[in-house]
Amino acid sequence: MEDSDCIVIMGSNMAENHPVAFRWPMKAKVQHGAKIIHVDPRFTRTSAVADIYAPLRAGSDVAFLGGLIRYVLESERWNSDPFFKSWVATYTNASTLISEDFRDTEDAAGVFSGLMAYKGGMPEWPFNGFTNEYDGQSWQYARGAVGDQGRSASSAQSGEASSTQSGSKEPLKRDHKGPPYDDIVEHLLQPAPDRDETMQHERSVLQIVKRHFSRYTPEMVERTTGCPQATFLQVAETLLANSGAERTSSFAYAVAWTQHTNGVQIIGACALLQLLLGNAGRPGAGVMALRGHASIQGSTDVPTLYHSIHGYMPHPSALKEHDSLTEYLTGETLPTGWWANMPKYVVSYLKSMYGDAATAENEFGYDWHPKIIGDHSHMAMFAAMNAGRVKGMLCIGQNPATTLNAKLDRAAMRKLDWLVVKDNWVHETATFWKNAPEISNGEVSVADVGTEVFFFPATQVAETDGTFTNTQRMLQFHYKAVDAPGDCRSDMWFSYELGKRLKRLYAQSDELRDQGLKHLTWEYEHEDADQRARGEPSMLKILKELNGYYSDDPSRHVGGFVDLKDDGSTTCASWIYSGCYPAPDKNLTARREADAPGVRGAQLNWAWAWPANRRIMYNRASADPSGRPWSERKKWVWWDETQGRWTGYDVPDFPATKPPDDQPKPGAVGMDALPGTAAFILKPDGMGWLFVPSGLVDGPLPTHYEPVESPVNNPLYKQQASPVIKYWKDEANPLAVVGDPQYPHVITTYRLTEHYLSGAMSRWLPWLNALMPELFIELSPELATEKGIANLDWVRITTPRGAIRAKALVTRRMRPFVIDGRRIHQVGMPWHWGYEGLSTGAVVNELTPLVGDPNVSMHEGKAFVCNVERA
Amino acid sequence: MAEPMGFFTDTTVCIGCKACEVACKQWNQLPSPEGGANTMSGDSYDNTRKLDGINWRHVKFVEQFSEDRVGGRWLLMSDVCKHCVRAGCLEVCPTNAIIRTEFDTVVIQSDVCNGCGACVAGCPFGVIDINPVSKTAQKCTLCYDRLQAGMEPACSKACPTDSIQFGPVRELRERGAKRVSQLNDGGESRAYLYGADEKMLGGLNSFFLLVDKPEVYGLPPDPKLPSRNLVPASMFSALGALLVALIGVFSFRERRSGEGEDRP
Repeated sequence: MEDSDCIVIMGSNMAENHPVAFRWPMKAKVQHGAKIIHVDPRFTRTSAVADIYAPLRAGSDVAFLGGLIRYVLESERWNSDPFFKSWVATYTNASTLISEDFRDTEDAAGVFSGLMAYKGGMPEWPFNGFTNEYDGQSWQYARGAVGDQGRSASSAQSGEASSTQSGSKEPLKRDHKGPPYDDIVEHLLQPAPDRDETMQHERSVLQIVKRHFSRYTPEMVERTTGCPQATFLQVAETLLANSGAERTSSFAYAVAWTQHTNGVQIIGACALLQLLLGNAGRPGAGVMALRGHASIQGSTDVPTLYHSIHGYMPHPSALKEHDSLTEYLTGETLPTGWWANMPKYVVSYLKSMYGDAATAENEFGYDWHPKIIGDHSHMAMFAAMNAGRVKGMLCIGQNPATTLNAKLDRAAMRKLDWLVVKDNWVHETATFWKNAPEISNGEVSVADVGTEVFFFPATQVAETDGTFTNTQRMLQFHYKAVDAPGDCRSDMWFSYELGKRLKRLYAQSDELRDQGLKHLTWEYEHEDADQRARGEPSMLKILKELNGYYSDDPSRHVGGFVDLKDDGSTTCASWIYSGCYPAPDKNLTARREADAPGVRGAQLNWAWAWPANRRIMYNRASADPSGRPWSERKKWVWWDETQGRWTGYDVPDFPATKPPDDQPKPGAVGMDALPGTAAFILKPDGMGWLFVPSGLVDGPLPTHYEPVESPVNNPLYKQQASPVIKYWKDEANPLAVVGDPQYPHVITTYRLTEHYLSGAMSRWLPWLNALMPELFIELSPELATEKGIANLDWVRITTPRGAIRAKALVTRRMRPFVIDGRRIHQVGMPWHWGYEGLSTGAVVNELTPLVGDPNVSMHEGKAFVCNVERA
Repeated sequence: MAEPMGFFTDTTVCIGCKACEVACKQWNQLPSPEGGANTMSGDSYDNTRKLDGINWRHVKFVEQFSEDRVGGRWLLMSDVCKHCVRAGCLEVCPTNAIIRTEFDTVVIQSDVCNGCGACVAGCPFGVIDINPVSKTAQKCTLCYDRLQAGMEPACSKACPTDSIQFGPVRELRERGAKRVSQLNDGGESRAYLYGADEKMLGGLNSFFLLVDKPEVYGLPPDPKLPSRNLVPASMFSALGALLVALIGVFSFRERRSGEGEDRP
């Protein structure tokens, strides 16, 4: 971001919630006058240092971004500057033709072709929350006479077979045994999609995109978002003026884009816009996903996500044809592009799970690996818990007593037999059985709570060795500063000890279902005798397993994922982390060598970033189709003709010696199937996707839908909210109807710099409490006057789920919006408080509903409705 | 003496994160009473309210919004002791507890301070107050202990956006002037430096880049030393002394003249 000429912060309050990373936008601003734009429902501390602040109603982001997309497509500059034409034609799928069967929202009253009632899932797990679903067959690329329907490697997150996945090919014989698995990859090959290089064909992606966004006019943006047209146009002009061969713009977003029922589509709209502007794979460009807290990036790379195994490979699922490794690989491998290597990564992963017991004969222990049976994410799990289907919970570093529809969450926890809480402080979840509001007000008696709660004191970060993976995909090793006090133990210790005990428990079992635990490799004894005596495992041994090593000689680490094989000769837990620890004495994540001041570079010797220490992904796009830098100012990676290889400041994200004019080889798989201009190497066609034919369950193009709870009708389409949202029906989870007069205001929730998440770590620190001592609700003077509320008055806030109290903070930083001719008030609340700690306050998540995005099961905490009145 | 050291605080990149406040409290082990669970002030995001004996850094939040919100601003500024070249506190301290260090900074020595509070009134910026724990006057030391160890002050080290910059005052002034012209060239004509030249109390070693009048930030536009009253005040004293002397002379005279008559 330091290299950006314009930074649009939207769906993020970066200055408040990522103050340390905000150093880079401020450097860009001070060093070369970069423009900072903040688009947000509230005027925050980020807006305070922005050059342009654009207000918008919470939940109207796609309308705003759609407006920007239309502005760019219609602008004179975009249509005349050769940079945009060349970039878009070469690096995106703008020229690709889409199936004749595709019907856009423009033709079908706001929904895409293929909408149908949900009929997936299995009876044993009725907690997936799906309402409707799409059959995405008609969204596929047109592939000539063959008419093949294409494939999708990543399907609905609940592990269900996506309809686009059925393919037309018979899977290979069930008794097929690899390795090698090359024949599977070759078998999956399809004819190339149809293209029109002029991008004029009516079914070309560019023309479809143009038609789709034609209704997102500046007038419509104002009507839908409440942002004045003049401000919107100023944003659009600034963004366009700072994009092109000589200049680049970046976007930064965070959970204010994800926490919507169409969150993935909001991010998709931004990606589409940045692809149109050539702002990808180049310095100062891109879409920065600011992660919600420390190392959350690491926890998706080496996932705590239920639906993927390490390195973003789909988790084996009982709902798909995943009965054998062969079937799994047939269903999930993409034959072209980098993902054709998946069999190597999967086999190396299985070797890391089951070690010597994983052999070619037993498909590397694939049968022992657990399979998912549906959505096992937070909301689905609590719905199941509330139905009495979950017996126990290990709660490590989380505080669910204060999250999403908190009262329902706590009711669910009362149905557990046991609960383990492992944290630094005895927080709300640890005491939900005695101090929760429903206990204090007598609604529930302590005697009626049968849950047995165990509390384990945890270490803090300075008390353990380990790595953090930050937003930039960078792994940074840190060393323990002090020993933890008393019985505090690391989370690694807990998992390691638990694993050892479970392995002992099942050591004698011959049941097939127990073989996974029996054969699980679990040797992480610490090198240091004192630490070993404390029971702490070795962080370096875990890092080594992530990096990978040769199965027959574990002292030899692999150098990177290009060394991995599909025959069991290599062991590697997470292919994307491969290369971070390439030799026993080379822990690259511990490096701290900055580039010399004033020297242009990518800080390649500062720690290590996945993949392969590349700092900007898809950086082939920083050079033009012939491999030359687009401009001297934005030079990053380029083709060196004399050496016959890619070179530059960064590690090229492309096969090192594949020339820019290389052509696909007929019948080839992997990268050989793609041309020398295929910058987006993880995509099967090597292109950035303006139109997304597979992988999303709620549509191939972003469309403005209202939040599930909204005070207004959708100004753009007949369809109100996304037709395929997730909703967990429960009498404790009611929703307000559209325009419900009982709940006339939009409410959004957020965090402050001064506290952290639910406050479980921060409300115990007097220094932080003093800075933000009480829960409050921010509201405009206009609303305050209407409701007779004065600054610092107690206010009662109600939604269909609950009611809480907070103090009023009346401020002109909040403002009413005129939406579709009506004045709409919006209020905001930080959700840092609870009933434990040195500073206490109401739990704001008593108000939020259990509704979710169908792709990722993310809840909608950023836009719902409420009422406020003087308490 | 080492080169004069100080702070340049560029308020245009301050994000009001208060990391400076917390870093200061942590390094100097300053308390937050009641576990910090006080009542909120209701004045924007400012719950610290003022500089005093236990708050040596204070981030100010000034909301400037008209009813139509056009051109609204939220001015953020981290305030601190100015370490004046001509320091009022130092001038009035009766016990010599306040000293000027080898870094040209102004430091209160707690073990010499008797808590009389003269400096509290003597500071034209309202920086100093009595620390209720130590019962002595306290304020920012510009991390004298860290400076002596060759380290930079805790607040500037913690500042993520380099709004607070620490260094030799001469260098900081150059940097400040450059930033002002950059802002002016970019159309922000309101930017100027507060306290960077000698006109203000001989120069503030901790000076600021502001984009509105000093009063808006709660700063005096023309701070004065307590000694500015020295000449008029001493005139009054001299006059008073004369008066007392005259009264004395006259009363003695009276007494002497009526000496015999009063005797019983």
